Amino acid sequence: MLEIRNVSKVFNPGTVNEKKALNDINLKLNPGDFVTVIGGNGAGKSTMLNMVAGVYPVDSGQILIDGVDVTRLHEYKRAKYLGRVFQDPMTGTAATMQIDENLALAARRGQARTLRIGISAKERAGYKELLKMLDLGLEERLTSKVGLLSGGQRQALTLLMATLKQPKVLLLDEHTAALDPKTAKKVLDITEEIVAKNQLTTLMITHNMADALRVGNRLIMMNGGRIIFDVAGEEKKKLTTADLLEKFKISAGEELNNDRMLLS
Amino acid sequence: MNILEVFGQLAGALPGAVSQGLIWGIMAIGVYLTYRILDIADLTVDGSFATGGAVGVMCILDGWNLWAAMLMALVAGMIAGAVTGILHIFMGIPAILAGILSQLGLYSINLKIMGKANQSVNVNNTKLLLSLRWVKEFAVHNPLIIVTIIIVALIAALYWFFGTEMGCGIRATGANINMSRAQGINTSLNKILGLMISNGLVAFSGALLAQYQGFADVNMGRGAIVIGLAAVIIGEAVLGKVFINFALKLSSVVIGSIIYYLVVQTVITMGLDANLLKLLSAGVVAIFLALPFWKSQLRASMHMRSKGGKTNA
Repeated sequence: MLEIRNVSKVFNPGTVNEKKALNDINLKLNPGDFVTVIGGNGAGKSTMLNMVAGVYPVDSGQILIDGVDVTRLHEYKRAKYLGRVFQDPMTGTAATMQIDENLALAARRGQARTLRIGISAKERAGYKELLKMLDLGLEERLTSKVGLLSGGQRQALTLLMATLKQPKVLLLDEHTAALDPKTAKKVLDITEEIVAKNQLTTLMITHNMADALRVGNRLIMMNGGRIIFDVAGEEKKKLTTADLLEKFKISAGEELNNDRMLLS
Repeated sequence: MNILEVFGQLAGALPGAVSQGLIWGIMAIGVYLTYRILDIADLTVDGSFATGGAVGVMCILDGWNLWAAMLMALVAGMIAGAVTGILHIFMGIPAILAGILSQLGLYSINLKIMGKANQSVNVNNTKLLLSLRWVKEFAVHNPLIIVTIIIVALIAALYWFFGTEMGCGIRATGANINMSRAQGINTSLNKILGLMISNGLVAFSGALLAQYQGFADVNMGRGAIVIGLAAVIIGEAVLGKVFINFALKLSSVVIGSIIYYLVVQTVITMGLDANLLKLLSAGVVAIFLALPFWKSQLRASMHMRSKGGKTNA
């Protein structure tokens, strides 16, 4: 469903700040794969996701979504294939627009925006039903401005928006990291529910190793712009946090000491 | 001057002030679209306002149908807006600078359109949509009535447009550009489109003002952006809490513009040197723009105090 072929990316090439963010990455996701991605800060997790989304161009390599080469496609055109949820709850929704208006924007992802009405009464009724599923009381606040919602509510809404139009791949960039533990759990539960219901191919970055182990059918670990560990199915189910830390030590050597990954 | 005399003069000047407020109100709606909807401070308007006046007057002098002349002014403004958009989007120039460059370039273009610094149209021998001479007449061609009708039609059209898929896309672009791209919205195109609509309205307003005052002048748009911002801010301060609906928000901009001209008329009648007017406008707008900032600073320092922290950090 998603194929990353030999993708590399260097930021600030030729300066003292030169950083090899991605180093010849290869990854292939099968339809229905739910992959969790872990790794320390600067491992290249977010860069990899942003490359897939088209936020920056790749230096070399190819990205294919459902067999289509999207490597040279502009971010907004690539959005046709992708659902995205960001780390910052403010990024995924338009604060000054209503809940129903945000959903209507998402419902038209990948379509030409014409002079037809931006949101119909029939759509509104449908959104009400969908919002009920979140169980956050948002179905009663359809015409409220999104800026009035809490971070957790906004992330849940963004999730709904990302999947309103079935994406080929769902990209979750630490989407629960900015939330308190209780809300984070709720949003992750909703994520699992939506992914299962729509059988979505998903790539989820997380800093929480327990979540990375519990959720999804496959796990990859990144370090220094490379994928250093890739495990799926039964083998992943048997994995423990201790195993992951051990694995990380072996592959990453001494770099581990100061890492945020140890703290979580 | 005694008070009664001032009131007498003011009452006489009232219809004229309101007419001006209405005409500039259309320009202010254009400013609202860029400043509030697109989140861009677009300085093209100082140039495109005069472009509208110049194109309108030249077409009328050439014997065009009045509405065709207005349409040409609108199109000329849209082209000016598109140029600013292209400078900003495809040449990577910051929006404010892109607007300043367009504005400067338009000064020459406006001179070329008119052939000299100003061109007059005399209502005695040319048919016009409106003129300040009819401002106290009880008839449809009274500027108060015709401009009100035009504004209602424009607001209805804008209300419809910003409710369409395309219009919602423009609003989303201004509200959250990252989200818009993630939802497949062509944000570059939308910014250009927004700038075009805005400057189209500004030029349209310029063509109305040129007919109203009987001439187009290359300097007629100087400070237009400040008047537009003043109208937007006054409208929000007076009616922001009550007028939530988009059409009402646009009306509040027009009302803000009328209030601005009423205040201007009052201070002039009271004997203020008209040369100081632009300084006064700039000062008033600066203070209103500063208010939200001061409010947040005050809130922050109150917060610090309530927590027992140092207030003089």
